[in-house]
Amino acid sequence: MIADKIKLQPEKLEAVVIRFVGDSGDGMQLTGTQFSDTSAMFGNDIATFPNYPSEIRAPQGSLYGVSGFQVHIGSVEVSTPGDSVDLLVAMNPAALKTNIYALKPGHTLIIDTDSFTKKNLDKAEYTTNPLEDGSLDNFRVIEVDMTSLTKEALKDVAGLDNKTISRSKNMFSLGMVYWMYNRSLEHTIDFFNKKFKSKPSLVEANTKVLNAGYYFAETLELIPNSYTISPAKMEAGTYRIIMGNTATAWGFLAAAEKSGLELFLGSYPITPATDILHELVKHKHFGVKAFQAEDEIAGVTSAIGASFAGDLAITTTSGPGLALKGEAIGLAIMTELPLVVVNVQRGGPSTGLPTKTEQSDLLQAMYGRNGESPVIVIAASTPANCFNFAYEAARLALEHMTPVILLTDGYIANGSAPWKIKTVAEMPPIKNNRITEVKENWHPYDRDEKTLARNWAIPGTPGLEHRIGGLEKDAVTGNISYEPANHETMTNIRAEKIERVKFNIPDIETEFTDAGDLLVIGWGGTYGSLHSAVKQINDEGYKNIGYAHFNYINPMPKNTEAILSKYKKILVCELNSGQFASILKIKHSKFEFLQFNKVQGLPFANDDLIQKFKELV
Amino acid sequence: METTAEKKYTAKDFTSDQEVRWCPGCDDYVILRTMQKALPEMGVARENVVFISGIGCSSRFPYYINSYGIHSIHGRAPGIASGVKLANPNLSVWIATGDGDAMAIGGNHFIHVLRRNIDLNIILFNNEIYGLTKGQFSPTSLIGQKTKSSPYGNTQPPFSPGELALGAQARFFARVGGGSPKEMGQIFMEAHQFKGTSLIEVLQNCVIFNDGCFNHITDKEVKDDKQIYLEHGKPMIFGKNRDKGLVLNRLKLETVTIGENGITQEDLLVHNAKEKDPTLHYMLVRLESPLATGVIRSFDDVTLEEREDALTAQVKANSSFTKTDDLFFSGETYEVK
Repeated sequence: MIADKIKLQPEKLEAVVIRFVGDSGDGMQLTGTQFSDTSAMFGNDIATFPNYPSEIRAPQGSLYGVSGFQVHIGSVEVSTPGDSVDLLVAMNPAALKTNIYALKPGHTLIIDTDSFTKKNLDKAEYTTNPLEDGSLDNFRVIEVDMTSLTKEALKDVAGLDNKTISRSKNMFSLGMVYWMYNRSLEHTIDFFNKKFKSKPSLVEANTKVLNAGYYFAETLELIPNSYTISPAKMEAGTYRIIMGNTATAWGFLAAAEKSGLELFLGSYPITPATDILHELVKHKHFGVKAFQAEDEIAGVTSAIGASFAGDLAITTTSGPGLALKGEAIGLAIMTELPLVVVNVQRGGPSTGLPTKTEQSDLLQAMYGRNGESPVIVIAASTPANCFNFAYEAARLALEHMTPVILLTDGYIANGSAPWKIKTVAEMPPIKNNRITEVKENWHPYDRDEKTLARNWAIPGTPGLEHRIGGLEKDAVTGNISYEPANHETMTNIRAEKIERVKFNIPDIETEFTDAGDLLVIGWGGTYGSLHSAVKQINDEGYKNIGYAHFNYINPMPKNTEAILSKYKKILVCELNSGQFASILKIKHSKFEFLQFNKVQGLPFANDDLIQKFKELV
Repeated sequence: METTAEKKYTAKDFTSDQEVRWCPGCDDYVILRTMQKALPEMGVARENVVFISGIGCSSRFPYYINSYGIHSIHGRAPGIASGVKLANPNLSVWIATGDGDAMAIGGNHFIHVLRRNIDLNIILFNNEIYGLTKGQFSPTSLIGQKTKSSPYGNTQPPFSPGELALGAQARFFARVGGGSPKEMGQIFMEAHQFKGTSLIEVLQNCVIFNDGCFNHITDKEVKDDKQIYLEHGKPMIFGKNRDKGLVLNRLKLETVTIGENGITQEDLLVHNAKEKDPTLHYMLVRLESPLATGVIRSFDDVTLEEREDALTAQVKANSSFTKTDDLFFSGETYEVK
C-alpha cells in the first residue's frame, strides 16, 4: 500500500510543482486542469503546461502514448509551469519511466500499483519492476492500488460499465492531491454537475471516486501531513483562468468590438493553433465570421478578401502554414490591406515537432516572402497577455494598413494562467483609415502623412471604385507601374511605413536593474522562464543583471539602442539557434550579442539559465 | 442579396481609364465588352460590383472594369472572392480566371468554391494554353498538342471544365463561344440572377499561342451544326436547318434528324437545367458533337451565406451574450481582494 519510508513534515510552501502523468486515455489533462482551476480560485497564482503526444490514441500503455499536465501553484508570483517537480502522480509504468527524471530527489511520487502488471512493464520496456528493484529509493513513494479502490468505491453505483469505472481512477488521484494541498472539492463537483447534466450516474460515480481519494488520503492517515500553500498576493480584481489560445481569440473579439468592425477569420486546422479557430467559431452571437477553408492559402486569401471588403480580418496557423501563406501575405503587403496572421510556433522544420514548442519561425515571419516585404512582427509572452497582443496586432494592422504577424508558441498557447479580466472599455482606442467621402483627385494609395498608412475605401462606397493588386503600384495614382524609380520609391515607402510603427508602440523597459554587467534578452513565450531565472539570481545577490523582454520585434522599440548601451554584456536567450540575435546583430551592429540557445522542443530549464548567467558575471 | 441600383448606367460607366493591353484580335475583348454592356442591365450599383482575378491574361480583367477589384495572385481568386462576399453579401462578386489559373495552380480552390455554393460568379476563359507565360500546355490542352513545353506533343490528358465542375457539385454551369456576344450577354445575366456559385466556361481563342483551336466548333459556317445552344424548357434542337436534335438512347445521347425514321420534335429531349440530378447535365457536358453551349445546369440550392445566416440568427436568439464583456465575465471567474 504505502512505503513506510514516508516521513513528511508539515510544510507551508511558497510554491509547488505537480505533474500528473498517465496514458493518453487516462484523463490527465482534465485532472490537471481541475487542480489548477481549483487552486486559482483558492487564490494561488498558477502556470500550467500540458504535454501530450501528437497521436490521438497511441497504443495503451506505450511510452509514446504518455500524456501529462504540469501545474505550478504559488502563494508568490508564478511565471512558469516550473521544470523540476515536487509531486509526480504516475498512473502507469510508461508514465513513470518517461517522467521520473523530472521529480526532485526526496520528493513525492504517487503510483497506481494496479497498473504495474507484467504487460504494462513490458510495454514501458522495464526489465525489472521499479517498485521492487530499489530504483525509486530516492523518492517518497506512495503506492496505491487505485484501480481496485476505484472499483470498490463504485460497487453500489448502478449502470456503469467497466470502462467507465476504470476511467474514473484519475479522480481518485485528484481527490488525494486535493487533500494533500488542502483544496476544496467543490469546484470539481460543480464541474461534474455541469458536464454530466444529463447523466446523473456519471456525476455520482465521479463524485464518489473523488471523495474516495480524498478520504483515502485523510482518514487512513497514509500521508502524515498535508501541505498548505497560501493565496498569492495578486492585484485585486475579477479573474479567470485562461489558455493562451483562448486569450488570443478573445483579444480579437475585443478588438473587433472596439473598432466597430466585424471579425473575419479564415483558417485551416493545424496543431497547435486550431484552438483559436475552435474558440472563434463559437461566437456567432457577436457576428464573428469564422471560415474553415480548404487549405492554408485559402485561409489567408479569404481573410484578404474580407479585409478588402472592410472587415477586421485574421488568419491563424503554425509554422508550415505560415510558409504556405507567404505569397498571399506578400499580396497584402503590396495592396496595403490590414491583416493579422497568427503563428502559434511549433518545432520545425517541415512537420517537425507538432506538439512541442520552439521559437524558430522568427526569421520566417520577418523575411519569409519573395521581394522586400516588411511586416510588423510582434510576439506574446504569457498565456494571459496573448489577449493584449492579439488586440495590439489588430490595432496596428488597422492603424497602419499592413499585415501584422503575431507570434505565440505551443507553450504559451496551451498553457493557462490567471487573467485579470479586461473590459473592452479599458482597452486602448483603435483608429482605422476608412474613408467614405469622395474628394477631387482621390487615389487609393493616398497616405496619412504621419504613418504613411494608405486610406481604406471599401466596396459599396460610391465614387471610390478602384482596383488594386499584386503588381507594383504607381506611388501617386496606384495604377500599375513598371517605372524603375517608382519601384524604388514604393519599396522605400513600404519599409518606412513599418519603421514608423515604432512611434505607435511603447518603449521597452528593463527589469531588476537598468544598467549593469549583464543584460539578459528574451522575446515571445520565454518570458516566464527568463524572468524567474533572472529574479532568482538577483535574489541570490547578483544585483547587476538586468532583463529586457521584447514583444515588439519589427520594428523594435525606439529606445532599444539606449538600453543596450547600459550593460557590459548582452545575452540573447532563445528557443532556436539564434534568430533574434541575428536580427539584433543586423540592426544594432555596434554591440556584441552573446547567445544562449535551446532547441529541444521544451521551455528553458531554470538551472541551465542560472548556470549560464553565473558564467558571464 | 445584392441591392438594386437606382441609377441607370451605360457600358461607359463600367469602363475604367486603363488602356486595355490584350493582343489585338483576342476574344478577351469580346468578353470585356459584353460584360461592360451586361452590367448596366443587371441593375447593380457600380460601387457594389467587385471583380477578383488571379494571374494570367484573363486576370487583367478587373483593371478594365470601373468598379472595385483585386488582381491577386496565381490561382487564389476564389479564396479572395469568398472572403469579399462573406464579409459583405450585398456585393455582386465576379471572378475572372483562366484554365491554368483555375484548374492547375488554383485547382483546389476551384473545386471547393463550387462545392460551397457561395453566391458569386466565375468566368473561366478557357483557351487551352498558357498565354501570359508564352505558350506552355495547360490542364485543358489536348493530348498531342505541341506547345513550348511540349515540343513533341502534350502527353497529359486534359480536364473538361464542365466535368470537373459537376463533380465538384457545381449548381450552375454554362458554356459559350468567345465570339458569341449575344449568347454570352444572356448567360452573364442568368449567372448574375442565379443564387449560388455560377461557372461560365468561355471558349476563348488565343490568337498568338493557340489560334483557331475552337474554329471547328465556333466558326460561323459550322457553329449551328457543331453546337447545340441549350435553353431551359426548350427541346434540344440544333442544326443550320433546325432539323437535328438529341434523344436518349439507353445510356447515351444520340443525334437524330427530325423527319427521318419517324422522328418528330416531340421525341426530342427537353432541356431541364433546374433538375437536381446532374446525370443528364453530365452527359451534355461530355458531348463532343454537337458541343453543348448555353446554360447546361442551373439548379437552385441553398447558398452558404443562407446557411450561415440562419445559423447565426439561431445562435444569436439563444445566446445571452451581446457584448464581449458578457463572455469575459461568464462562467468561472473569481475575485481577488
